[in-house]
Amino acid sequence: MNHIDDKLAKLGPIQLDALREVASIGAGNAATSLSEMLNDKIQMKVPKVSILPIDLVPEIMGGADNLIAAILVRIMGDINGGVLFTLGNNSANKLISLLIGEEVNIEDNIGELEESALKEVANILTGSNLNAFSQMLDIKIMPDVPALAHDMAGAILEVAFIELGQIGDYALVIETEILGNLEVNGQFFVIPNPESLDFMLKRLGVDVD
Amino acid sequence: MLISNKIRVRMADLKVGKESDVLITSGLGSCVGLTLYDSISKIGGMAHIMLPEFPSNRKQGKPEKYADTAIDILIEELRKAGANIRNLEAKMAGGAQMFNFSSSNDRIRIGARNIEAVESIMRKKRIPIIGAEVGENYGRTMELYNNSGEVVIKTVKQDDRIL
Repeated sequence: MNHIDDKLAKLGPIQLDALREVASIGAGNAATSLSEMLNDKIQMKVPKVSILPIDLVPEIMGGADNLIAAILVRIMGDINGGVLFTLGNNSANKLISLLIGEEVNIEDNIGELEESALKEVANILTGSNLNAFSQMLDIKIMPDVPALAHDMAGAILEVAFIELGQIGDYALVIETEILGNLEVNGQFFVIPNPESLDFMLKRLGVDVD
Repeated sequence: MLISNKIRVRMADLKVGKESDVLITSGLGSCVGLTLYDSISKIGGMAHIMLPEFPSNRKQGKPEKYADTAIDILIEELRKAGANIRNLEAKMAGGAQMFNFSSSNDRIRIGARNIEAVESIMRKKRIPIIGAEVGENYGRTMELYNNSGEVVIKTVKQDDRIL
């Protein structure tokens, strides 16, 4: 019984609450980092932790057709999987222009400078987000080099969830959102692979087996 | 004048439509969209396939998710709807690698495996693939117009392509 669906079927409110708690601290850390970077007040929404039928995953961001910028950071170490950081077009444009001091439009092909600025921010935010996980779970997490895509939300979400091993009929979606006055809003999706989910729950003291 | 009826096909799902229908699947990433169309009866179907094959060690699971099981169901649904299986022609899209990891731990490449699986099943079933827009690193939306059999591929950064 090693399948992701069997694992997800066993998760109850206690497990989901524990995951929400870590996700919340992680997003709080990321909000603080972004706030220092932009010198803006960044707020965080209450994280959403839910178990969704897999066919709804591409729709999470308001429609599979919506254009987004997304940075995927794979993680290795005591837990494996990845963190997906997504921004709507406007937020991505705003964020890049605040960083490099020039107006950009991500719908045109963006250059290497803009691309690496975006990856770098994602790297820092994902890092501070994951710090919460390492500290609370007392584990080592090693983030890989970030990869960027600007495309349809559905295509990005399906790849992130499928490639990181959540390929059951259901998916565990851990989503946090940060919002700033400068209209830079972004979402984090923390996507552990099935074995890592077990490990995280054990470390949180709410394992199900 | 026919009024077209749009039918959405979600990930891990499949649908069959008649002449007045347009089948649409949005945001194909590493998944493969497959259409099978009978140009005589103008009945066509579409599947949004996630993975190459149904895992042998597992009894439950959504068969629409996997190339092997999804294609069998799609053909059966087309037959039930009145299509002649011998007339079927296939078109496919998707199977992209959306993220390019420089530290190349890219043994997975699910997109490429999905494309291979669908091609091999089509060969076995002797259904010709008469159009394909696959691979690369971008997302696609696929629309099948059953009145003509035309498939339109939409992407973010390129012009629409007609298969």
